[in-house]
Amino acid sequence: MSQSTTTAESRKLPFYAAMVEAIRQEMQRDSSVFCFGEDVGQIGGVFQSTVGLFKEFGAQRVRDTPISETAILGTALGAAAQGMRPIAELMFVDFMGVCFDQILNNISKTTYMSGGAIKLPLVITASTGGGICDAAQHSQTLHGYFAHTPGIKVVMPSNPYDAKGLMTTAIRDDSPVVYLFHRALLGLPVMNFIDARFAEEVPEESYSIPFGQARRVREGSDVTVVAFSQMVPKALVAAGELAAKGISVELLDPRTLVPLDMDAIFASLEKTGRLLVVDEDYLSFGVTGEIIARVAEQLDRIKLKAPPRRLAIPDVSIPYSPALESAVIPQSRHIVAAVEELMTFNL
Amino acid sequence: MQPTHEQLSWMYHRMLLIREYEDTLAMVYFEGKLPPNVQKGLAFDIGAGSIPGEMHLSAGQEAAAAAVCVHLQDSDSVWGTHRAHHFAIAKGVPLDRMTAEIFGKVDGLCRGKGGHMHLYDVEHNFACNGIVGAGIPHAVGAALAAQLKGNGAVSVAEFGEGAANQGSFHESLNLASLWKLPVVFVCQDNNYGISVNKKASTSVASNAERAAGYGMPGIQVAENDAVAMFAAAGEAIARARRGEGPTLIEMQVDRYYGHFQGDPEGYRPKGEVRALKQRDPILRLERQLLEQGLLDEAALKAAREQARQQVAEAIAFARASAYPEVAEAFQHVFAE
Repeated sequence: MSQSTTTAESRKLPFYAAMVEAIRQEMQRDSSVFCFGEDVGQIGGVFQSTVGLFKEFGAQRVRDTPISETAILGTALGAAAQGMRPIAELMFVDFMGVCFDQILNNISKTTYMSGGAIKLPLVITASTGGGICDAAQHSQTLHGYFAHTPGIKVVMPSNPYDAKGLMTTAIRDDSPVVYLFHRALLGLPVMNFIDARFAEEVPEESYSIPFGQARRVREGSDVTVVAFSQMVPKALVAAGELAAKGISVELLDPRTLVPLDMDAIFASLEKTGRLLVVDEDYLSFGVTGEIIARVAEQLDRIKLKAPPRRLAIPDVSIPYSPALESAVIPQSRHIVAAVEELMTFNL
Repeated sequence: MQPTHEQLSWMYHRMLLIREYEDTLAMVYFEGKLPPNVQKGLAFDIGAGSIPGEMHLSAGQEAAAAAVCVHLQDSDSVWGTHRAHHFAIAKGVPLDRMTAEIFGKVDGLCRGKGGHMHLYDVEHNFACNGIVGAGIPHAVGAALAAQLKGNGAVSVAEFGEGAANQGSFHESLNLASLWKLPVVFVCQDNNYGISVNKKASTSVASNAERAAGYGMPGIQVAENDAVAMFAAAGEAIARARRGEGPTLIEMQVDRYYGHFQGDPEGYRPKGEVRALKQRDPILRLERQLLEQGLLDEAALKAAREQARQQVAEAIAFARASAYPEVAEAFQHVFAE
C-alpha cells in the first residue's frame, strides 16, 4: 500500500499539475481522449485542471463549452458510445444538480440496460468541497450521490501522486468515472487552506493506480481512521497530535469510493478494534454510515473495542460565515476529540 | 429531392412492417393482463402477461421513421425516445431480438435488461431512451465523435414535440449549431405530450421556428406525408454530411393509440383517431404507388402478407426464448 517514486531527480508537483500531467500523457497516447467543459479551453479551467492542454492539443480536443451541463454530459455519453474517451468537466460538483438526469438515468445505466453492449469510457471531473466560504451552493462534496447510483465509479484523490495515477486509470477505464478534486488540495496560490505542503513528489513517467486499493497513510495500533479527500490531510494532522498524547492512529485513505477497499478496513480493524470514519459529505444516509454498516455485518469475526464513530457534515447546508463553515466541516480538532472519546472504551 | 422508385418501395415496406408490428403488439400486450387472469378489482395489470410494463406504440408515425432512415447507413446513428419502435424497425434493428427484448427474454437485444423503452443495437447504431428529451444530447455527442474522427457519419435525434420544451433540447441545439455538428433533429409532432395538447404546452405554433434561435435551418413538414418528409430529411442529412451543421425538422405525425396501451384517453375528442386515419400515411403512399404504377393490388397484398409473416416470426421467436437467469441481473453494472 505504500508508494515510492523512482525518478532520477525528485520533482514536486501540486495536485492540479499532477492531474493535468496524466490527462496530457493520455491525450498523447490515445487520440480518442479529449476534454471539454466549462472554461477548460483557453484559460485551462478555473481550477487549472486542464492548464496548458489547449495550447498543446488545440481547440478540437480541448473545447470550451457553453454553460449547458445537460448538453455537456449528454454529449459525453453519445461520444463515448461511439468510441471516444471524453473527459467532461463541470467545474463545481454542485452543478451536477443541473444535469442529474444524465448521470442518474443515462450515464450510469446505459451499459447495464444494453446488456453490456454499450461501453461508456468517459470521465466526469469536478471540484468538490468546502473551506473557502463559497456557501451552500459551491461547497458540497456529494460523492455519496454518485456512489449510491449503480454504474458509476467514484474517485477522490487526496494528494498529487494519487491525483495523477488515479486520473490515468480513470481515463483508461471503460466505465463512467466521476473524478472529484478537492479545492483545498489543488495547490492553487489562491486557496491553500489546509497547510503549506501542496506539492509532492510525482514521477514524470506515466503510471496508473488501480481502483479499489486503499493507501495506508500512517500505520498505527489503537484506532483506525478512514478518511477521504480533504479529510486525509486533516486526519494526518490529528494523528500527529494524538501521537504526542500517546494514541496511535492508523490512517486509511480508500482513494476510490466505488470500488471501495473494505478488506483494508477490516484488516486494520482486526488490529485496532476501534473505528472512526471521517467524511465531508452529509452525515445521514451517506458514506460514513455505509462503511460502518459494512463493518457491522462482520462483527461475528471482527471484535470491536468501542462502538464505531463517524464525523461528517451534520445534516445542514454549508453556511457562508467562516465561523460557521469551520464548525460544520470536520476539522483536525474534531478528529482528535472523536479519537480520544473512542479510547475511553475497552469493550 | 424526390425518392427513386426503389426508395419509395423501401419506405412503403418499412411502414407496413411498422404498422403491422404495432397493431400486433397492441393486441398481444393485453395477453394475461385482463380479468379474469388478474387480481380482482383491476381493469388490467400493467406488469403481467407476455409483454410486461408500459407500452408506447408508434402507429401513425411510421412515415417519419421510414423517410429519415431511408437516407441512413448502419454507421449513422439514431437516438430515440420511449416511443421508438418505428425508428428501430426503420433503422434495421432485427425484429426477432427486438421483440425478445420487449418480452423480457434472454435473447433480447439487451438480454432482457432494457425493455421496450431502452433498446440498444450497436451493430445498427440505434438507441432509445425512457426520459423525455434525454437522448437529444446523445445524438449531439455521436455527431461530435463523427466530427473528431472525420468518418462522415451523421446522427439523428428523434423525439416528440413534448421534448422540445425540455432544457436538453435547447442546450443540444445550441451546442450542435455552435460546433457545426453532423446531426439532424427530427421532432415529430403528434399533438400530445402524454395528455396535454401542443397548444397548451408550446409557445410557438411550429417547433421549426425555434431553429432560428440557434442559427440553423428549421423545416416544417405540415402533412403526414412520407414523400414530403423524405425531401426534408434528405436535404438535412446531406447538409450534415457536407459538414454544414445541424437542421431541425418538425414533422406532422399522428398518434393512433394512447400514450400507453390501456390509456383511457379521456383527453382526446371522440372520433379524433377515426378522423386522423383519413390522412393515414400508409394509405397515402399506397395511392401514390398505385397511381404511378409502381405496385399493383397483387403486390400490395403480397407486401401486407410478408409484413404479417415477419411480425409473426418475431413474436414466435420471443415467445420461444427463455427468461434470463437471475445471475444476469448482476452483470454489466460496469463494462466487462
